[in-house]
Amino acid sequence: MVTGWPNMSNPADDTFFFILGISLTLLALNTGVMIYFVFRYSRKRHPKAEEVGENTLLEIIWTVIPTLLVLAMFYVGWKGFVYMRTAPPDAMVIHVTARQWSWTFDYANGKETNVLKVPVRKPIKLLITSADVLHSLFIPAYHIKEDAVPGRETHLWFLPDQLGSYDLFCTEYCGVGHSSMITKVDVVPQKEFDDWYAGKKEEAAGTEEKPGSKKRAGKHEAGQSAREGAELFQTKGCTACHTADGTPKIGPTFKGVFGKKETVIHNGQERQITVDEAFIKQTLLHPEIDRVKGFPPIMPSQQGQLTDKEIEELIEYIKELK
Amino acid sequence: MEASFYHAKTRYPGIFGWIFTTDHKRVGLLYLFSSLSFFAVGVSLGLTMRLELIRSGMHFYSAQTYNAIFTLHGVIMIFLFIIPGIPSSLGNFIMPLQIGARDVAFPKINILSWWLFIMGGAIAVTSLFTGGGPPDTGWTFYVPYSIRTGTNISLAVFGVFLIGLSSTLTGMNFLTTIHRLRAPGMTWKRMTLFTWSIYATSWIQLLATPVLAITLLLLIIERNFGVGFFDPAKGGDPILFEHMFWIYSHPAVYIMILPAMGTVTDIIPVFTRRNIFGYSFIAASSLAIAFVGYLVWGHHMFTSGMSDTARIIFSLLTFIVAVPSGVKVFNWIASLYKGSIRMNAPLLYTLAFIFLFSIGGLTGLVQGALATAVHVHGTYFVVGHFHYVMFGGAGFGFFAGLHYWFPKITGKLYEEHLAKLACFFLFIGFNMLYFSMFVLGWEGMPRRYYDYLPKFNGPNLVATIGSWILAMGLIIMFYNLVHSLFAGNEAGDNPWEAASLEWQTTSPPPVENFAVQPVVTKGPYEFR
Ligand code: HEC
Ligand code: HEM
Ligand SMILES: [Cu+2]
Repeated sequence: MVTGWPNMSNPADDTFFFILGISLTLLALNTGVMIYFVFRYSRKRHPKAEEVGENTLLEIIWTVIPTLLVLAMFYVGWKGFVYMRTAPPDAMVIHVTARQWSWTFDYANGKETNVLKVPVRKPIKLLITSADVLHSLFIPAYHIKEDAVPGRETHLWFLPDQLGSYDLFCTEYCGVGHSSMITKVDVVPQKEFDDWYAGKKEEAAGTEEKPGSKKRAGKHEAGQSAREGAELFQTKGCTACHTADGTPKIGPTFKGVFGKKETVIHNGQERQITVDEAFIKQTLLHPEIDRVKGFPPIMPSQQGQLTDKEIEELIEYIKELK
Repeated sequence: MEASFYHAKTRYPGIFGWIFTTDHKRVGLLYLFSSLSFFAVGVSLGLTMRLELIRSGMHFYSAQTYNAIFTLHGVIMIFLFIIPGIPSSLGNFIMPLQIGARDVAFPKINILSWWLFIMGGAIAVTSLFTGGGPPDTGWTFYVPYSIRTGTNISLAVFGVFLIGLSSTLTGMNFLTTIHRLRAPGMTWKRMTLFTWSIYATSWIQLLATPVLAITLLLLIIERNFGVGFFDPAKGGDPILFEHMFWIYSHPAVYIMILPAMGTVTDIIPVFTRRNIFGYSFIAASSLAIAFVGYLVWGHHMFTSGMSDTARIIFSLLTFIVAVPSGVKVFNWIASLYKGSIRMNAPLLYTLAFIFLFSIGGLTGLVQGALATAVHVHGTYFVVGHFHYVMFGGAGFGFFAGLHYWFPKITGKLYEEHLAKLACFFLFIGFNMLYFSMFVLGWEGMPRRYYDYLPKFNGPNLVATIGSWILAMGLIIMFYNLVHSLFAGNEAGDNPWEAASLEWQTTSPPPVENFAVQPVVTKGPYEFR
């Protein structure tokens, strides 16, 4: 199946120790000679300096040898890299979407998760993109990373050779939630994976509460779109900053916000507004116009991210959160 | 004897005699004072970051504040401290003296550069308190985040734009000066290697900085008028921004390091009392670095989604550009051979420089090799690496130069024991602070993290303690310099018995530098 390195992190490790070995030798030699000269030729021991003159041969030697050494380093790094970039044809493909500040993993059968669950000893190929800004998918255990670029698809592969749970970080700075954009790679036995994979399609994680469906049974239309709105609240990443339960997070909570009187910052001046449909729509499309006082100015514009219908649905949802 | 330039009558009284001056020495000191002030701010910000990072889960301020602080720290250290640091301050003061000129070629443009620099700095500072609040993108301003964030990016970026303009003008000014204003007998091979390094640096400033300027302007246009250069939502390409940014910012690392290399190259012969080893090879390697340095920007983008072929080519070129730096190190060490070494503070800082810069350079090889780059990119390994190069390298080179030329600039001697004590603290603190970062990076801790997993606790604590020791060293060093400014012993004109031209006039020099036009008959490091 996979030839070459038995373990994914080996190409990086091999290159690292190769370079480290040469580097430490050079550093030790240089520093040793330097310290020796400093003592041997100190003014006390060697009161009269001697001119040595230039030595072209020496210059050539210490240009050519380092050149050969670095070329060797380049070659080793290159060889490892080619292995790291060439996924075996039988690799299982998983689509990854990064967004502020969560990861979504989409499997071939339509399953969607926030934790990367994979079977052990099966090569995995990740096709990565981003829904908003740059991110970078980093799994230290396998020594791999690749940026998630909006509008583009990048790729990575790895071989999870041991069972366990490993960290997955975002390593391209992406805003206030960057350092909490962490999830796990769960490497499970094939059997366990198959059972899970065949199980029912999970909904986007964390949808315990669906307040949209509680009240207003009569107004079917609004209830319907509020339910859609609740979905969007999860899938469009609003949960990274907002909650529906009254506790402020990075941004204000949505609970009770509709109809509320608030102070906002407008062009550096404070002013009073009431949160209504128009205001929510404006905040979604042009958050920079009015910033709610007391929060960092980081609400991302949803222009191009949400359709008009979706905006309506979100507004219905927020209205419901009394 | 002519009065020193401090005492000479200026066109305007008092402080105006400084800010409207055209004397390269005064301009140099304006730069020195302003960039060191920015440095103090940058260091304070760095210390608060280390305090925040002392332990997992410890919070002194919010994530947004942390992001603003590391952005500000990076912007200040890069654009307001280390890029103008050596070339515009010491370069301005020393280089014309070293070639026997009365001033730079365009004295009025010289002071204009400082004004632009200060205006840029002031605008960048203003951006903190106006509009959407302090920028939070990191000093790299990567799109699309920098386009979408509500913080005050446009103003800050405009400030950096002005600073870039100032840097371009300085480069142009110095190039003309070195070409046109050398004293009779000052052939290219009799120039000091400091001047050579300023020469190479100036080419980079002149040729690379406009790329930054255009990139930043496009960013401002995109933010304010919605033109889609970079944001894919508007039909742009974010990787294009990365290319344009690094086409400047990689050569910019040589703007930072080359003058420091030049500084220590001037110091070594003076304290070993023998000619530098491999003069022409050191000069040539500066030029080689300046030109090959343009071709390696892609190594900042090894995981960006750029094509694999491009990554391989950039990796190869990166390894090639490492060689000239190695050649310099070997020549410096060989220059100690059979000398008669006086271990004064400038040389001590120089040796620390060589060691720290070597570590920075060698860890650069880990980042240049593709297989390892993929692992360490975007982690604390990189943060460790660039502090070793920029702070351990350029910063320590700057400190070495400050001590070496202190008597030239002030006419006073600093206190030798204190200077060495400071160097000791700096060295210990530095390695605790930044070596820990290599460990953290290899273990996988990403950079620009407000908080981290508990498994990274150990090295982070060591780093924070190191930052305090480092700070002690800085306090002792600057205390010594400032105190000696007022209370130091008289230095005499040439306390180090150096042979280069800047020491052949009075210390501090008169307004037009030399009482009589010097004629040069020998190399800068010939002590007999
Ligand atoms: C990056 C964090 C973040 C994300 C993600 C985010 N918001 Fe916000 N949002 C904020 C912050 C901070 C504020 C308050 C400051 C402001 O008004 O800009 C805010 C304000 C708001 C307001 C106004 C609230 C009030 O009290 O007036 C609404 C409505 C809103 N966001 C909706 C959304 C929706 C819907 C989403 C998902 C599509 C979303 N936000 C995603 C951070 C975020
Ligand atoms: C006491 C001195 C210093 C301390 C404690 C310090 C600390 C730090 C820390 C902890 C970071 C990492 C922030 C993060 O990734 O979360 C950082 C970033 C940085 N430092 Fe320093 N630093 C110091 C001095 C310097 C100097 C002298 C320079 C330049 C010459 C410098 C340039 C930078 C740059 C460019 C960044 C990157 C900022 C970014 O990611 O946008 N620092 N510093
Ligand atoms: Cu991210």
